[in-house]
Amino acid sequence: MAVTAVPGVEVRRPIPRLRRLEDERWLALALLMPTAVLLGLFIAYPFVEGVLLSLSSARVGDPGHFVGLKNFAKIWDDSIFRTAVWNTFWYTGVTTVFKLALGLWLAMLLNRHFKGKALVRAFILLPFIIPTVLSTFAWKWMFDPTFSVINWSLFHLGIITQRINWLGDPDLAMTSIIIVNIWRGVPFFAISLLAGLQTISPELNEAAAIDGARPWARFWHITWPLLLPVTMVVMLFSVIQTFADFQLVYVMTGGGPANATQLFATYAYQLGIGTGLLSEGAAISLAMFPFLFIIVVAQLLYIRRVEVR
Amino acid sequence: MIEGAAWRRWVFYNIPLILFVFVLLFPFYWMIITTFRPDGELYRPWNAANYMPFWTNNPTLEHIKYLFEETNFARWMLNTMFIAVSSTIISLFCGVLAGYALARLNFPWAGALGTMIFITYLVPQTLLFIPLAEIIRNFELGDTPWSLILTYPTFLIPFCTWLMMGYFKAIPKELEECARIDGASRWKAMVYIIIPCALPGILSAGIIAFTLSWNEFIYALVFLSSPDEKTVPVGVTSELIRGDVFFWGPLMAGALLGSIPVAIVYSFFVEHYVSGLTGSVKG
Repeated sequence: MAVTAVPGVEVRRPIPRLRRLEDERWLALALLMPTAVLLGLFIAYPFVEGVLLSLSSARVGDPGHFVGLKNFAKIWDDSIFRTAVWNTFWYTGVTTVFKLALGLWLAMLLNRHFKGKALVRAFILLPFIIPTVLSTFAWKWMFDPTFSVINWSLFHLGIITQRINWLGDPDLAMTSIIIVNIWRGVPFFAISLLAGLQTISPELNEAAAIDGARPWARFWHITWPLLLPVTMVVMLFSVIQTFADFQLVYVMTGGGPANATQLFATYAYQLGIGTGLLSEGAAISLAMFPFLFIIVVAQLLYIRRVEVR
Repeated sequence: MIEGAAWRRWVFYNIPLILFVFVLLFPFYWMIITTFRPDGELYRPWNAANYMPFWTNNPTLEHIKYLFEETNFARWMLNTMFIAVSSTIISLFCGVLAGYALARLNFPWAGALGTMIFITYLVPQTLLFIPLAEIIRNFELGDTPWSLILTYPTFLIPFCTWLMMGYFKAIPKELEECARIDGASRWKAMVYIIIPCALPGILSAGIIAFTLSWNEFIYALVFLSSPDEKTVPVGVTSELIRGDVFFWGPLMAGALLGSIPVAIVYSFFVEHYVSGLTGSVKG
């Protein structure tokens, strides 16, 4: 369609600034600018600031001076820090295994037709969407030393005769926070894996069944390999969130009893904000970085390999 | 699905599913029952006689009343709402534009930038909260809602961008080309053709961003200090526990009421929420 310019009337040209947006590179620059500014100011800058802080002797109200790697040497010798590192790995490892196993099981239970499926699916996601701090308080109340409903139930079922001091005993406290974390994480695994399961054609399973494959063999040789890419991405998110977890432990135990549930983040908070040793707190937070980095790189490489295959 | 006799269906599917649903929902039931239970019944030891933990015959509103009369709960709700809505709008604005640029435009470093945004997606809040608190203090944003409205986008934008990239990639290029042939500028084609097509994605991203900001805890805990400025999770944690004394009735009432806005938003848009969640995982 040809545009016929009316004689005497100047064809209105776009003002130069807008014309520049016709160039893909300028448009991209303009579109990415707000994101770049916000992420630069509140992620890149704090990261640099965090590194500088961890190399200084800053406290609340005292900017401090450069001390090199002294803070890192100090936390390396700190037995509470070592406990926190060990706890973080244990907490992340155990919860991830359970979340994956239970989430996959739940996903397979949901991956069929039954009445009220949409409703069940909507309800089971609740632990994941309700603010963690608020639902964790419900758990803390359920684990209360004197008024525990869990103890009441176990007692009346005849399983225990003495009360279980869930949050007061070091080992049980760790078990308790692991239970709550699994409870919160299973819905995310289940719903994500369910989406993955739904992309697998049922004909594959039926064909294998006709060829005589048992259910377990069908799962292991068909479902699991096809689900692996989704599984790996879900694990990646979950592992990072769990490794850096703070709010759940802060509410349940505050890191206690006797630092038995102290994680990287809770210990960094306790030293950095609680005691005011900013530089040491920043060093503990940053000590998470190499671990997170290795986890992310390893999982991304593995995901790429799985996807190529 | 190959299924056998009815009893097998019960043993292998229905009973496990019922158990899952029971365990996943029980804490919420417990929250509700505690909210309406009078203190006299609440603080009965677990092994007391005639103790009926799962039901109450004397429901009361005293805990909810306490919450609104003795604490700033209403204020916390408003604060959280304001912060969550504002940071969601900012993040959607940035995320939609950035997602469009990364999905649709050819420019140098596009791949590297995409990877960088994905990496920031993986940065947990607990990694940077101490230096960020210093920066917030230097910018004189401490103890104001802006300290959160401006920092929440750091974890929301990468998520929105990543999700929107997926949606934009799924929209056929021809649609945009048609608009361009008809004389629309790139900017207009994006605003009037492509973004409306991606509305379901924007809705998903918005709902998830809203629930994530409602859920955020450590930044709010560190950046806010006066009782009037707090968000629901922080207010409930700091004002309903005095020393070692837990006010369990008001605490559970606060947890229940504080969950309601998120639950309402979620219940209206379950499908969008789920598609956003699974979309973000597929990447």
